[in-house]
Amino acid sequence: MASHALTHTGHGEINYLDYKGKYSGILGWIFSTDHKRIGLLYLSGVTLFFVVGIFLGLMLRLEQLTMGETVVSARTYNTLFTLHGVIMIFLIVIPAIPAVLGNFFLPIQVGAKDVAFPRLNLFSWWLYMTGAVLALVSLFTKGGFPDTGWTFYAPYNIRTTTNVPLAVFAVFILGFSSILTGLNFITTVHRLRAPGMTWFRLPLFVWALYATSWIQILATPVVGITMLLIFFERLTGVGIFDPAKGGDPILYQHLFWIYSHPAVYIMILPGMGVVTEIIPTFARRTIFGYKAIAASSLGIALAGSLVWGHHMFVSGQSYTASVVFSLLTFLVAIPTAIKVFNWVATLYKGSIHLEPPLLYALSFIFLFMIGGFTGVMLGVLSVDVHLHDTYFVVGHFHYVMFGGTMMAFIAGMHYWFPKMFGRMYNKRVATLAWALIFIGFNMLYFTMLILGFEGMPRRYYDHLPQYHSGHVVATVGSWILVLGLLIMIINLVRALKSGPKAEANPWQGTTLEWQVPSPPPHENFEEIPVVDRGPYDH
Amino acid sequence: MSSVAETAVHEEKHSDVIGAKMGMWLFLFTELLLFGGMFILYAAYRAKHQHEFFLSSAELNMPIGTLNTALLLTSSLTVALSIEALRRGSRNLSKLFLLATIVMGFGFLVNKYFEWSAKIHHGIYPNSPELLKASAGEQLFFSLYYVMTGLHGLHVLVGVLVLGWIYTLIQKNPTDPGNFIKLENGGLYWHLVDVIWIFLFPLFYLIS
Repeated sequence: MASHALTHTGHGEINYLDYKGKYSGILGWIFSTDHKRIGLLYLSGVTLFFVVGIFLGLMLRLEQLTMGETVVSARTYNTLFTLHGVIMIFLIVIPAIPAVLGNFFLPIQVGAKDVAFPRLNLFSWWLYMTGAVLALVSLFTKGGFPDTGWTFYAPYNIRTTTNVPLAVFAVFILGFSSILTGLNFITTVHRLRAPGMTWFRLPLFVWALYATSWIQILATPVVGITMLLIFFERLTGVGIFDPAKGGDPILYQHLFWIYSHPAVYIMILPGMGVVTEIIPTFARRTIFGYKAIAASSLGIALAGSLVWGHHMFVSGQSYTASVVFSLLTFLVAIPTAIKVFNWVATLYKGSIHLEPPLLYALSFIFLFMIGGFTGVMLGVLSVDVHLHDTYFVVGHFHYVMFGGTMMAFIAGMHYWFPKMFGRMYNKRVATLAWALIFIGFNMLYFTMLILGFEGMPRRYYDHLPQYHSGHVVATVGSWILVLGLLIMIINLVRALKSGPKAEANPWQGTTLEWQVPSPPPHENFEEIPVVDRGPYDH
Repeated sequence: MSSVAETAVHEEKHSDVIGAKMGMWLFLFTELLLFGGMFILYAAYRAKHQHEFFLSSAELNMPIGTLNTALLLTSSLTVALSIEALRRGSRNLSKLFLLATIVMGFGFLVNKYFEWSAKIHHGIYPNSPELLKASAGEQLFFSLYYVMTGLHGLHVLVGVLVLGWIYTLIQKNPTDPGNFIKLENGGLYWHLVDVIWIFLFPLFYLIS
C-alpha cells in the first residue's frame, strides 16, 4: 500500500529484538520505551496470569465434578471465583488485545515510529505490574483475597473480613494503567498518522482501538472513584454505600456498572478489530463496508455506554429505568450485527485460505454470535428475572469474553506471530489445538447455558442432583479446553526458539506492518511511508 | 523522497506540542469523570435528604470557604498571567506569577487544614461517635464533604508540586523551549482544580 521506499528497508537495519539500547539484558526490556518491546512485556504478563486464571477455573470446575464439599471448602470456592474473575478481567481480557497487539501494531499500522508518549507507555506497563503484584499480595495478607465476587458489591464489601481494601486499590491502579494506554492511542491516531494516511485509510483494527480508547478514558475514572470510595470506606468508615449510615448499595451498583458495562466493550471491540484484519487477508479481497464497520465501532462505544442498568433489573432500580435500559440494550445489537454481516459479505466469493488465524477468526464469529444472542435474551426484562444470577449468565459471559475476545486474541497472535518474532509456528499443531479448544469450549459453556436455563444458580460451590450430569459434561469439557490451550501455547513458545524463519509477508496482508521486515526494525520504518491507497486493496 | 522524510520529521516535531496538549486535555476529561462520579452521588443523596443537607451546610465555615474560593480564583489568574509572560519571553515575570500561584495554592491547603481540624475537634469526622448519632442525611453530607474536598485538596497538593517542579525547570534551563508546553499543561491542570472547587464551594457551603 505504501511507496517503493519501503521495499529496501531490510538492509543494515537492526530489528527490535536485537537492538542494543542504553541498557542490556532484562533492563533493556523493562526500561525500554519501544512500543514493540512494551507489547511483549505485556504479552509475558498476560500469558503468565492467563495460566494462573485457567488453573483457578479448572479448580472451580473440579469442585463441581462431584456433589458435596470435595476439593475446596465453600469459603475457598468464593475466593477462587473472585480471584478467577479479577485476574481474567482486569489482568487479561482488558489489556490483552490493546496492550499487547495494539501496542505492537497500532503505531506500525498508522505509519509511526512509536506511540505519542513512549515513556508514558512504559509507565502504563509498570502500573499494570504494580496492580498485579498488589492483587497477589492481598492473597497472603490480612484476611486473604476477597470473597465478594469480582463485582465487589456493597454492603458485603464492607462486612467481609477479607482484604478488600488492597484488592480494590489494585483494581484502581490497573484502571489507571488502562486510562494511560487509551490516552496514548488516541493522541497517536490523531497526531502521528503517516502522510497520506487519512482517517478512512486507517486499518479497521486502528478504528476499533480508537473507539476502545475513548471508552477507556471516559468510563474507567468512574470505577476508579468507586474503588477509591470502598478503599476509604474500609479505612475510615465514610459509609457512602453503607446502609447503616444512610448509604445506598444500589448507587454502588450504578457506579460500578457505569464503568463495568462499557468495560465489556473495551474487551470486545479490539477483538472485533483483529477479526476485521484477518478476514480480508485470508479471503484475499478488500473489506466489505469499510465505513460501516468503522462507524459501528463508534456506535457500539456510544450505545454500550448507556446500558449499564441491565445488570440491575432485579436489584430494585425503578421500572421505568429498567424499561429504558432494556430498550437501549437491544440497540447495541444493531452495530454489532452490522459488523457480522460485513465479515460474512467479505468472505462471500473470496479466495478463502483456511489457515489457523482464519479458523480462530471464524470460530470467533460463531461463538460471539451465541454470546450476543444470549445477551439479547438477558436484556429482555421478563426473561432476565428467570435467568438472573444463573449459569446462563456465566455461560453468556464466557461466550462473549472467552469465545469472543480471547479467541480473537489467539487469532491475532497466530496472525501476527511471524511478524512479531520473525518465525513461523507449526500450522498443523495450531489447527489441532484449535479443534480441541473449539470442542472443549462448547462442551463447557453451552452446557452452562442449559444448566442455567434449568435453574442452576451461579457462585454456588455445590449443586443439586438434577444438575449433576450437566456439571460432569462441563468439567470434562474444561479438560479438553485446557488441553487445547496448553498445546496452543506450547506450540507458539516452541516456535519462538525453533520455528522456521518467516518471510516479511507470509499471509499476503496489505496493511503497513506487512511492508516492513519480520521482525520489524527498531524504529519500524527507515523512512516514514507515504500512503496512497486504502488498507485492504489486494 | 528525502523531502517527504524531512516534512515528516518536521511534522513530528510540530506535533509534539499539540500532541502533548491533546494528551493533557484527555487526562483532564478523566479527572472530570472521576469527580463526576462523586457529583452523581451528591445529587442522588441530596435529592433524598434535602433538609438535612441544608442543616449540615450551615455548620461549615463560610468565611474560610469564601477566602479559599478567592484564593483559587486569583491563583488561576496568576497562572494564566505566568503563561502569557513566558510566551512573551519575560521569564522573571513568569516566575513571579508562578510563585504567587504556588503560594496561594499553599494558602488554600493551610486554610483547609485549619477548617478540617476544627471540624474533627468538634467530633465531626467519618465514623465518629457524634456523627453516628446524627441522621442519615447529615452522615452522608459530611462523608461526601470529607471525601470530595479531601480528594480535591489532594489535587491542589499535586498541582502545587507540579507547578513547583516547573518553576525549578524554568530556573535551571531558562532557554529550554520545552518549558512553555509544560507550563501551559500545568496551567490547564490548575484551572481544572479551580473549576472543580467552583462547583464544590456552592454545593457544600452555600445551600443552607
